[in-house]
Amino acid sequence: MAEFLSLHDAVARYVQDGATVAMEGFTHLIPFAAGHEVIRQKKRDLTLIRMTPDIIYDQMIGAGCAKKVIFSWGGNPGVGSLHRLRDAVEKGWPRKIEILEHSHAAMACAFEAGAAGLPLAVFRGYIGSELPSVNDQIKFIECPFTGERLAAVPSVRPDVSIIHAQRADRQGNVLVEGIVGVQKEAVLAAKHSIVTVEEIVDDLGATPNACVIPSWAISAVAVAEKGALPSYTHGYYGRSNRFYKEWDAIARDRDTFTQWLDENVYSKGEKR
Amino acid sequence: MSLEYTSSEMMSVTAARALENGMTCFVGIGLPSEAANLARLTHAPDVVLIYESGTLQTKPDTLPLSIGDGELCESALTTVAVPEMFRYWLQGGKVSVGFLGTAQIDRFANLNTTLIGDYKAPKVRLPGGGGAPEIATNAGEVFITLKHSKRAFVKDVDFVTTLGFGRDGKGRDNVPNIGKGPTRVITDLCVMKPDPETKELVVVSLHPGVTREDVIDATGWEIRFAEQLESTPEPNENELTILRELKARTERAHAGE
Repeated sequence: MAEFLSLHDAVARYVQDGATVAMEGFTHLIPFAAGHEVIRQKKRDLTLIRMTPDIIYDQMIGAGCAKKVIFSWGGNPGVGSLHRLRDAVEKGWPRKIEILEHSHAAMACAFEAGAAGLPLAVFRGYIGSELPSVNDQIKFIECPFTGERLAAVPSVRPDVSIIHAQRADRQGNVLVEGIVGVQKEAVLAAKHSIVTVEEIVDDLGATPNACVIPSWAISAVAVAEKGALPSYTHGYYGRSNRFYKEWDAIARDRDTFTQWLDENVYSKGEKR
Repeated sequence: MSLEYTSSEMMSVTAARALENGMTCFVGIGLPSEAANLARLTHAPDVVLIYESGTLQTKPDTLPLSIGDGELCESALTTVAVPEMFRYWLQGGKVSVGFLGTAQIDRFANLNTTLIGDYKAPKVRLPGGGGAPEIATNAGEVFITLKHSKRAFVKDVDFVTTLGFGRDGKGRDNVPNIGKGPTRVITDLCVMKPDPETKELVVVSLHPGVTREDVIDATGWEIRFAEQLESTPEPNENELTILRELKARTERAHAGE
C-alpha cells in the first residue's frame, strides 16, 4: 500500500544521491513541486531520465543535481533551447554532465518494457539515423521469425519514478487523466515511486477504463497542490505558457538563474 | 486582383495545400502544426491530426505552444498513452503522412535536429530527435516545411538525426517496412521534391515573385531546378483570412496564463 508522506519526507526517503530517477509527464502533469524538493534537498549525482527534459530538468541540472541525463527531446517546447542543459553540456556549468539521447519511440518502448519486466524493448526504429553511432545503448537485432532487422534498447528501470496526478483516494489509489504520457509505465518500471497529487478525495470518480494506478503499486503519495505548475493539471489549472516563455530569459544567464532559484526554490518549501 | 501576403503566409498555405482531405497526419510542432490546422480549417475538414503526446484526431481551436497543450487533449477524439501512440498508431502503419520541421536539411532531405558541429564538442546543441526518427520511417510519406536559408539548407547535415534518403541517397533501398520518405519540402521560396532516381532535392515550383537566384542564394549546394518549373499558386482570400484568425487566436491564448 502507498504510504501518505509529506513531499519532503517522500523525497528524503526515496531519492538517494547517485540514484536513477525518472520524473515523467509528457508536457502535462510535470512534477515540478517534487523537482523543486529534490533541488532543495541538494540531491547530487542523479541520473535523470525523461523523454522531454523540459524546464524541470533545466532547473535541476542548473542546480547541480544531475550527473547524467537520458532523454529524447531536450528543448523548451515552442520557445527554444534549454539553456541550463546546454550550458552544462557545452561548458560544464555547474558541473559536467553526460548525456545519452534516444528518440521518443525508443524511450516510450523502453518505459513500457520496464513496466513489463523485460530487459529490452524491440521496435522498428532508428533506421538511417546516426543516433546509434553516439549512443552505445542502441543495438539492432534480427527477428528470429522474419529476419527483419529491428532496433533494441535496454528497458528503463529507475530506482525511483516520480509523477504528478489529479487525485488519490484515501487508500492511495491514483487517477491520472488527460495526456497520460508514460507515467503509468514509469511507476510500474521503477523500484520505488512517488506520486504527488492535487488532492485526496473519497471517490476517484474513475470510469471503467480510466488510467488508475493501484495504491499497492505505489511507494508514496504526497499532496502537492498546483504541483505541476508551470505545466498543467487537466481539469484543475492550465499551462503557464507565459512562464515557459519567461524562462528563456531567466535561464539564459547563470546569475539570473541562480537568483531565480534562490527566490523561488531554496527559500520556499512546505512547512514540516 | 492579387492579394497582399507575406512569404511566411505563402509557405503555410502551400504546406497546408499539400495535405489532402482524409489523410492521417502525424504532426510536428511549429510550422507543420500551423499548416496542418490550416488545412483542416479550409480544404481538408476530415484530415486526421495526430500529435505525439497521444492526442488522436484532434481539432485544436488555437495552435499549441507545446506538443502536449491541454487544448490538444480537450479537442481530441481520444487520448492514448505515448507508448501506444508510437507502437500501435505510428509503427502499426496507421499514419499516411508525417509532417516535420527541422533545423538543418541536406540535399538528400536528411534532417538534423541534434547539433551543429561535432558531437563531442557541439557548437550549438539542438533539442534532439523527439518523434522524428520513427515518424520519418514509419509514416507512409513525409512532408517537411521550414524557412529557406543557407544555414538550414546544407549540402550535408552535421548529423543525421532523421533519415531522408541517407548520405548517398540510397538509405531506403531494400529496407523492408519503410515509408516512402520525404515527398516534398515546402519553404518560403519554393517547393522541392526528390529526384525519382537520385533522390536529390529538386525545385519543382517557385513561389510568386521568387527568382531562381533567390533560391540559389539561400541553398548550400548547387540546387537543381525541374525542367518544367511551375509557379506555386497564390493563397486565396479564404485561406489568408483563416490563417490570420488562427494566428491571432493563438497569440491571444499564449499571451495569457
